[in-house]
Amino acid sequence: MTEIGLRAVISLAQIAAVMGVVMLTVMILTLAERKVLGWMQDRMGPMEVGPYGILQPIADGLKLFFKEDIVPAGANKFLFSLAPILALVPALIGFAVIPFGPNDTIEVFGLQIKPFIVSDINIGILYILAFTSIGAYGIILGGWASNSKYSLLGGLRSAAQIISYELNVGLAIVGVILLSGSLSLVKITEAQSGWFWNWFVIALPFPQIFAFVVYVISSVAETNRLPFDLPEAESELVAGFFTEYSGMRFAFFFIAEYANMILVSCIAAILFLGGWNAPAPFLQFNGSLANLAWLSGIFWFTVKVYFFLFLFFWIRATLPRLRYDQLMRFGWKVMLPIALANILITSIAAYLFPR
Amino acid sequence: MATLFFSYFSGVIVLASILVVALRNPVHSALALLIMFFHVAGLYITLHAEFLAAVQIIVYAGAILVLYLFVVMLLNVKRDEHYHAQYPLGAVLGVTILTEALLLIVQHSFSKETATADLGATDGKQVLEGNTETIGEALYSTYLFSFEVASLILLVAMIGAIILAKRDLFEARN
Repeated sequence: MTEIGLRAVISLAQIAAVMGVVMLTVMILTLAERKVLGWMQDRMGPMEVGPYGILQPIADGLKLFFKEDIVPAGANKFLFSLAPILALVPALIGFAVIPFGPNDTIEVFGLQIKPFIVSDINIGILYILAFTSIGAYGIILGGWASNSKYSLLGGLRSAAQIISYELNVGLAIVGVILLSGSLSLVKITEAQSGWFWNWFVIALPFPQIFAFVVYVISSVAETNRLPFDLPEAESELVAGFFTEYSGMRFAFFFIAEYANMILVSCIAAILFLGGWNAPAPFLQFNGSLANLAWLSGIFWFTVKVYFFLFLFFWIRATLPRLRYDQLMRFGWKVMLPIALANILITSIAAYLFPR
Repeated sequence: MATLFFSYFSGVIVLASILVVALRNPVHSALALLIMFFHVAGLYITLHAEFLAAVQIIVYAGAILVLYLFVVMLLNVKRDEHYHAQYPLGAVLGVTILTEALLLIVQHSFSKETATADLGATDGKQVLEGNTETIGEALYSTYLFSFEVASLILLVAMIGAIILAKRDLFEARN
């Protein structure tokens, strides 16, 4: 019994650490997004709170925390309260299977612990797909329970969009699974060790560059970010599914969106860009410093994830919003055929040239 | 430990299934169905069928139930009473299924030893190999024919759905 208790304590500590890092990244992202957008549009971004505005996330958080919590008249109170939680929990729970660093084991009180992953399960990528699909419920129910036309329209748009683009995400991932032969994120990363040409985005026998492009575009659509933010299009729907939300409930939706951005960036980095692997073997600690290799692993993983997060801001600053029929046509008639053809060619290549 | 988890999951499944048909608000019913799907996935995990559990959530909770919700919201059915006017039919079907279940339970309690022996044999094999690989091999070797037949039926259903949705297009052309 003490072993189970000890394991529970260590797991809880790991979960707390991961959640802390994710929340900190969300805080950094809210500031970084406004700063990056500002610089791209030749502005300064937030400058008032603290030096260069770096304390802005704390001010935003305090403001949201002390705002009045309003439930609109005629709203379904139970679902109205449940929806933000249903949006936030799936976004955070996915981080349980993300390997942030090398797959080393350390011994704590006689137990084998993997410090950089909360739980290495053999269906890691399916687990993440399952929970991202649950995230849609928060948005749909939030839109429905608000008793508002704009919210309902935003929720319905989001439902259609998430179902369409989740299919593309799933199909884009299949190519990587075919090449690596595993659903575990740790094994997928380990299959890409060595030089950068082993990363699945350019790896032989068939580079997954098409799957990579489909995945990145679909994940932008799935997180409801510009240019695919139809569920919350300001110019048409006020704020879409969270029009009626205020205070902490609004903050939950907000954190869920940013946590989802981090999650899809982590998956993109793991599946296509080699996760914690350095671009070249000499770019990580080895030889006499081999027991510091985890440090360089975490460094490269962070660099890759932040590259994708920057890409999100970059796309937002560059592209205008799509029309709704364009969004659907693009998803079903352009992305889906590319993803299917990629699976076909990859499976033929993997059969002819087994790794 | 396994019995504890099993009784929790099965208890919640039964409760949630009753709520699905008993609740007045259709959106609440859909939520009860979501809870039920999750606990069925939990049952799969206690059987070491992780792949099935993930697919259960992706397909049923992630796609099918979202479409249900979509329809319920668009039709905007409010506390409709006509769903609850089918008690006689429900009673007949319920009693039949209950009798069948009782018969099965009685039958199983007589042949208990063979049942547990079977369970043990399959358990060892699944732990040895990956669960996903096992399912894939079984689907593409032992059950290849039924697998292909199922995919053909799904293809026919897909074509049928497209023709139903595009009916106006064909009529305009004629």
